[in-house]
Amino acid sequence: MTATHARQCEGSRPGVAAGGRGRGPRPERGAAGGARRAGVAAYAARVTVPARVETLMAMASGDEKHDPSAHSTLDILWVLYDRVLRIDPRHPRSEDRDRFLLSKGHGPLALFAILAAKGFFPAEEMARFETWDGILGGHPDRNRVPGIEISTGSLGHGFPMAVGVALALRAKGSDRRVYVLIGDGEANEGSVWETALLAGSLELPALRAILVNNHSSTRPLGDVAAKFAAFGWAAQTVDGRDHEALYRALTTPDPVRPTMIVAEIAG
Amino acid sequence: MTEATMREQMGSTLQDLMDTDPRLAVVLADISTGYFERAAAAHPNRVIGVGIMEQTAVSLAAGLALEGFIPVVHSITPFVVERPFEQIKDDFCYQRLGGNFISTGASYDYGTDGMTHYGMGDVPILRTLPGMEIVVPGTPREFDVLFRAAYADGAPTYFRLAAQANAADRPVSFGQLEVVRRGSRACVVAVGPMLDRVIEAVKDLHVTILYCTTVAPFDAETLRAEALRGEAAPGASVILVEPYYEATLVPEIVAALKPRAVRVEAIGVPRRIVSHYGSASEHDADLGLDASGIRARIEAFLGVARA
Repeated sequence: MTATHARQCEGSRPGVAAGGRGRGPRPERGAAGGARRAGVAAYAARVTVPARVETLMAMASGDEKHDPSAHSTLDILWVLYDRVLRIDPRHPRSEDRDRFLLSKGHGPLALFAILAAKGFFPAEEMARFETWDGILGGHPDRNRVPGIEISTGSLGHGFPMAVGVALALRAKGSDRRVYVLIGDGEANEGSVWETALLAGSLELPALRAILVNNHSSTRPLGDVAAKFAAFGWAAQTVDGRDHEALYRALTTPDPVRPTMIVAEIAG
Repeated sequence: MTEATMREQMGSTLQDLMDTDPRLAVVLADISTGYFERAAAAHPNRVIGVGIMEQTAVSLAAGLALEGFIPVVHSITPFVVERPFEQIKDDFCYQRLGGNFISTGASYDYGTDGMTHYGMGDVPILRTLPGMEIVVPGTPREFDVLFRAAYADGAPTYFRLAAQANAADRPVSFGQLEVVRRGSRACVVAVGPMLDRVIEAVKDLHVTILYCTTVAPFDAETLRAEALRGEAAPGASVILVEPYYEATLVPEIVAALKPRAVRVEAIGVPRRIVSHYGSASEHDADLGLDASGIRARIEAFLGVARA
């Protein structure tokens, strides 16, 4: 395990006291954001997404404002890449890595910006977003972008792919984990529920799914965590902007079942 | 007839290979599970039955491929090709991942089950995918040879198994047309299980017969060489005999012989709703795909007086 792996290994950070960060107004972003919260000043630097990630996103979009589908995933992606995933940006295809699959593929700017911030590829690529010779398109291409595990864009593909990756890792005797992010709109697709049924009946604790619920689904999903729990998953709902809650959820596995974390984003 | 069916051969070929190639994994969707019992017991991590969910079966297989496995997805023709077509396209072709898809049932082996279980559209739609390899063996033994040649080549490869088989194995090679015999009046390209009936249909006609078991990539070089061979080159006339929707390979024929003008007679399953129930042979006769139906088309095309 490299030093980077050790630093990012789950459990290697001090625990954070529970409570005090329930659902509420979204914390301000940027270097100063979050510092006003009493008692959490020491965490301020890491409970918000660094300003440089926003700057990288703006490099691509040419705009301070972004597509809601890009922003809804920003916090959870930052928590994943900053604190949870054991992955070395210098060796993005190393066997000894945790896998992250962006199933929904939509709004990949946040992921691109975080990969750039972490050094998977030069930051200048962000300025070439959706340009002819750029590596960053409107949906991610695993054959072009270092750190991208799967090419997605059509909804409902990456979620079952993640089950295949988890089964493959189990067959190889690997202890690495597979994180997969789906959207609530994506959860309209039948393949998502095929996979919910399938994985819910498999012993795949290495599979950790995140459903970012920014209420974009035409059909109301209701209590989506309860639905996944009914399929046999270890499911919970957390505030999708609360970094500590996300971190705890992402690093608290079920010993047997796959995990579904519903990350709520105010609509 | 060869002793085993193609489907039985699939079971034995794959189970043999799984014993020696730890990368090989099979994904099943409740079809043919009985053909993999030995492998399921010996390699439980590599025989994955997902249930009746073909989209997930294909995507899951792509996940296995991402991790270095060589997946095989198997079901009845429409359920492994047409239903999860977008998964094959996006999760294998666009990702540039290798894997294998094996169908059983061909066009209408389940000939009393109705059109939902028929698969004449499989090769035509798979042909649209860049990088897709398509194999149509004519005997169980040929499946074995072709599967071993292509399964680990890093490309997505489709194998079309049929209940109907030719009587004798031919010396097939992946990616190559085989010259069965040479003649001067036309070049007949017989795909997979159509070979025996083509041989019967043209037995007294002086035509070249090329046997095609790899539809994609198509062996344009051999076609060009044979169709344009010698002074009495038959190249101006090509007769294509396919076991799926007719005219699927016409673009390959035209491209292979360009810039020569070519007359093509495309014999295959006509695009029509099939609503009778019967054996594959009965459907063949009804659709003009038995030896006499093929003979009639070729006589008309070549202007041969009927015997």
